[in-house]
This record gives sequence, structure tokens and C-alpha cells, in this order.
Amino acid sequence: MATLEIKDLHVSVILDDENTKPILKGVNLTINSGEIHAVMGPNGSGKSTLAATIAGHPKYQVDSGEILLDGVDVTEMSVDERARAGLFLAMQYPVEIPGVTMSNFLRSAKTAVAGEAPALRTWTKDVKGAMENLSIDPAFIARNVNEGFSGGEKKRHEILQLELLKPKFGILDETDSGLDVDALKVVSEGVNRAHQANDMGVMLITHYTRILRYIKPDFVHVFVDGKMVEQGGPELADRLEEEGYERYIGKK
Amino acid sequence: MANEENQGHNNPAIPGMDVEGEKLASELTADDTIRVSKHNTDKAEIDGSRAERKTSYKVEDFAPLTGREEDWRFTPIKRLAGLHTDALTGTAPVIEVEAPAGVTVETVGREDSRIGSAGIPEDRVAANAWSNFSEATVITVPAEAELEGHIEVAIKGTEMAPAAQHILVETKPFSKAVVVLRHTGSAVVSQNVEFKVGDSSSLTVITLQQWEDDAVHASAQYAALGRDAKFKHVNISLGGKTVRVTPSTRFSAPGAETEMYGLYFVDAGQHIENRLFVAHTVPNCKSRVTYKGALQGRGAHAVWVGDVLIGKEAEGTDTYELNRNLILEDGPRADSVPNLEIETGLIAGAGHASTTGQLDEDHLWYLQARGIPAEEARRLVVRGFLNEIIQQIRIDSLEEQLMDALEAELSISNN
Ligand SMILES: Nc1ncnc2c1ncn2[C@@H]1O[C@H](COP(=O)(O)OP(=O)(O)OP(=O)(O)O)[C@@H](O)[C@H]1O
Ligand SMILES: [Mg+2]
Repeated sequence: MATLEIKDLHVSVILDDENTKPILKGVNLTINSGEIHAVMGPNGSGKSTLAATIAGHPKYQVDSGEILLDGVDVTEMSVDERARAGLFLAMQYPVEIPGVTMSNFLRSAKTAVAGEAPALRTWTKDVKGAMENLSIDPAFIARNVNEGFSGGEKKRHEILQLELLKPKFGILDETDSGLDVDALKVVSEGVNRAHQANDMGVMLITHYTRILRYIKPDFVHVFVDGKMVEQGGPELADRLEEEGYERYIGKK
Repeated sequence: MANEENQGHNNPAIPGMDVEGEKLASELTADDTIRVSKHNTDKAEIDGSRAERKTSYKVEDFAPLTGREEDWRFTPIKRLAGLHTDALTGTAPVIEVEAPAGVTVETVGREDSRIGSAGIPEDRVAANAWSNFSEATVITVPAEAELEGHIEVAIKGTEMAPAAQHILVETKPFSKAVVVLRHTGSAVVSQNVEFKVGDSSSLTVITLQQWEDDAVHASAQYAALGRDAKFKHVNISLGGKTVRVTPSTRFSAPGAETEMYGLYFVDAGQHIENRLFVAHTVPNCKSRVTYKGALQGRGAHAVWVGDVLIGKEAEGTDTYELNRNLILEDGPRADSVPNLEIETGLIAGAGHASTTGQLDEDHLWYLQARGIPAEEARRLVVRGFLNEIIQQIRIDSLEEQLMDALEAELSISNN
């Protein structure tokens, strides 16, 4: 059993050499293996900031608080160390990397995370199978990382990596945005597979309840202006769907 | 305009990212045709058109170099080690040719009538070599021959006395050949290398500069293309202290095509200069120039100048040139200057792009976020950047060797 604990986390975005701007204002959240937590909040509330900070993006500065993975503070770790420790961020805007093929990239990532190169035969089979499950055209393996991929294709490839790298915790930043219903189903199934196969803990960041029809959260958190303002079970998502965030935005 | 050097800015040099050069064809026209009524570049008036540059086989026809000349202004003249001043009487690098059956390899004297059939010097250092070489290596691919395997020309420097060298490669009509010129060892040498690409023949040249750290190399490489000829030039500079390669393509008849690729990896204290010239003086020819470089270390200096001239008669010309520099750490300097001179109206397309920048932080972030250590992430991105050129070689063993060589270069600066 693994635990990801976020304790009273305050984070600023680094604007330039002299200026920072506070975004996260005391976030508390604990996710255990196997749990699915939906984090819902309005635009600009800081959801991506929270996700990127956990993964270690250099643009964000932790002012105070802790991010503990099984009791170890990851804020001292480099980006790649965190990933190797079992954290995975499916990005809202995956980056295109010219000249680096998916195949080379996936193998390098797997080798780094597993600590040894995967056996070629099983690896090839795993990749092929995972791509098939996500309805990804096999030709994509020879293309450069995310280069020229459509929004939906990029999201599928994030989940492909999630399935292949088998992290302890998956943080999904608006993986549902820009997907049509079919793609949404395919991607959700991928998340559910990774959840089940590896007892993965999930932080599912989203605006809309749509994806919650396919990925069933155990907990729903309302995130407004840099912190959690309420939490509950799946029924909270339904209420948000009906009422929006207005009642929370009022009471700052 | 992104075509000047630029250091220390976080300015990605990877295709698809920010800075793009202009593509004149799509900017200026609605119907795929650029119409330019007369001499349109101010530059031509200031510097003189590239078409009017002096040419001569004799060193005394060129004034002594001051370093202020347009075509020497980026070169550290002192580091030419006498190539511009001395009689080049040193022992030239030793040439050994391994060629498939059917190819003729000769060593001939200066008086051989074939010499000069593809090139004429345009600067003092090249003319100095022409005035001083004593014998030339002539490689001939007979008409209609399609070679199994490539012609390997090993060029090994053995001493540091300034020397002159001359090589001529000719592909007769309808033949097909690949030539690798592999420069190794230590030398101070000025070369003239002529490629006479016969009608409907196809010649690929891979010139590798893998010198020892002390070498000084000036190489004027001239391609003269016949009707419907195809020429591909892959120019790779990794070693040497001062390396200045000036590849040119001249078209003599319509329908020909040139592709000129380059890759350089410049380390501390190295000066690597590439000056390209493509002369479109006949109709309906096509040229593509793609040069990429990575720089690291104090005093690393890369120069790329791409002159493309589209003469009055060169209707239907299609040309594009591109240079990208990737600066891996503080300290290096890259100069990148594309020059496009257009003297005619009806052409199919003409454009250029030049970027100089550092590794893109977002690329590294993404790779690291997948567990790949910073150093390896950096290597993946740089390899990807340069791989576009390596892929053009199409000789597996050589591609592998170069990938290993790049790997070794990259491990020098793991900051
Ligand atoms: N580099 C930056 N410079 C300035 N402001 C920034 C920067 N990055 C984030 N911010 C600000 O921080 C706040 C939180 O942004 P963040 O992207 O985390 O929100 P979000 O909840 O993910 O929004 P969305 O739902 O639109 O994805 C916003 O006000 C945003 O403008
Ligand atoms: Mg966001």
C-alpha cells in the first residue's frame, strides 16, 4: 500500500527572476493506493499548478508544505526521480519532441523507471497490446513524440505511457478535455485498466462530470482559488454538475 | 528576422517550435510563383553580387587576406596556419581509395586536362592550393555503371606543414555512385575537390571531417551538374581545430537537382565554418540546403553562410535553405547568414530559414517527467535534432559510427 499525502501546500509560479505569484494556498489531500480522487474546479483555480508541482515542474516554487510519497518528501527530488519513485503526470498539454521517436522514447522511459532495459520480446508485445487497447494506429510508434498528433491522439498516448510505466499514482490533468465520446471511453478504459492492474491511486483533474461516468471516483474534491473547499462522495459531482461552482466562488 | 547569431537566450532551435524563417514562396505569391522585376536585394549592391565574385586558378590574382573580406570576416585568419600565405609544399594527407569494380582510380599530374572541369577557386586559400598541388587523385565512374557499395576515400593527415591537395570525382552519364571522403589524422591542408556529375548521373558525396584536434583544413568542394543530374552532398565536421568547407553547386543544364546537407558538432576552441553556394543559372533546377549544428564549450565557433543565386535565366527554380544551431551551454558562438539573390521573375519557390537557440526546456521536462534522467534526456533531444542529417547517409555502418561519435561528443559536456 502506497500513500501520497499533500500537506498544507503553498506554491507560487515563478514569473521572472524577481517576481512570483502565489497560486496554491494551503492544499491538503491524501490518496491511498487503489483510490480514485476527482479534483474539480473552475478555470484558473490552480489545478494544473497542483499537478505540475507534484511532478516537479521547475516553474513552480514550493513556499511551504509537503508532498509525501510513502512518507518521503518528494519536493527535494528532481523531476525524473519523482517519476522513478512512482508518480506519473498525464499532462493537459503534452509536449511535442521532434527527432525522438515514440519507440525510442517509450523504451528509454521504461528502462529508466524499471531500472533495467525491458526484455525485447515481451516489451514489443506489451507495447503493441497497449496500443491496440487504446485504438492507436501501430504506425505511431515510428513517429516523433507527440509531433503532429491531434489533441485526442496526444491524450491516448499519455494513457499509453500510464499503462506501460505502471506508476503508483497517476495524476491526470484534464485528460478528458478535447475528447469525443468514443475517445473518452477508450481513454477511460485505459485508466481503469491501469488502476486495476497496478492498484494505482488516481488524481483525476477535470472540469466536467462527463468522464466520471466512465471512471468512478471514490472521492470528489472541490478546488477553488488554490485550495480544496469541499469534499464528498460521487454525489458531490452530480451537485456540481447542476449548480456549478458559484456557491464556492462567493465564499472566499 | 531570426537569421543572426544569438546566444544565451532561451530560443528553441527545434523545428516546430518558435522561430521560423521566412518562406518567400508562400508569402509573396498566390499562384506558386514569385515575380521579381529586377535586382531586388540591397545586399547585392553593397557587397557585390555573388555572381561577380572573382575567380582564378592563380593565388597571385587574389589580394592577401586581411580578415575584413566579406567571405573571411568570420574566419580567424591567424589560425589558417599559413594556408593563405605560404607556398603549400608540405606532404599532403595520404589518400587511399577502395572502390567497387569498374571504377577507375588514377593519380595524375597538374597538366591533366580533366582538372578544372568542375571548379575554379573563388578565394585565395583555394587558389593557393590550386597553384601548389603536384598531383591529383582522379576517380571515374563509367557511363551507366550502378555501383555495388560505395567508394571509400581515406584521407590521412601525417604532418603539420602546410600542404595542397586535389581530388576529382567524375560520374559519367547515367551512372550512380556514392563516395565517402574520410579525413582523419593531423594536417594543415587546403583542398580543391571537384565533382563532375554527368548528364542523368547521380552522385552522393559524404565528406567527413574527423581530424585530430590540431588539424587546419580548408576545403573548396565544387559540383558541376549536367542535364538531369542528381547530386547529394553530406558534409559532416566533428574534428579539427579550424575547418572551413565551401561546398558549391553549379548547374549547366536544366532538370538537375542538388541536396546539400551538413552537420557539425563544435567543441571548445573549435572553429567550424561552412559556406555554401548554389548558383541557379539555368532553368528548372532544384536545390535544398539543410545544415544543423550543435555547439558546446568556451570559444566554440560555428559559421554558416548560405548563398543562393537565382540568375535571370533560371526560370522555374525551386530552392530552400535552412540552418539550425543548437547551443548546448554558455560560451559558444554561432553565426548564421542566409543570402538569397533573386534576379528573375518566374520561379517555383525560394526560401530560407535560420535559427539559433538552446535546448528547449519543455522537451527536457517532458522526458524527465517520464523518469528519464536529465543527462539522457538532453542526449535524446540533441540526437534527435542531428539525426535528420545522419539519416541522409544511408550507409548503416557509417550512420552507426557517427551516432557513436556524437555520443562521445555529448559526453564531453555533461554539465
Ligand atoms: N506562467 C504563468 N504566468 C502567470 N500566471 C500563471 C502562470 N502559470 C499559471 N498562472 C496562473 O495561475 C493560475 C492557475 O493556473 P492553472 O493552470 O493551475 O489553473 P487550472 O485550474 O489548471 O485552469 P484550467 O482549468 O484552465 O486548466 C491562473 O490564474 C494562471 O493564470
Ligand atoms: Mg489546467
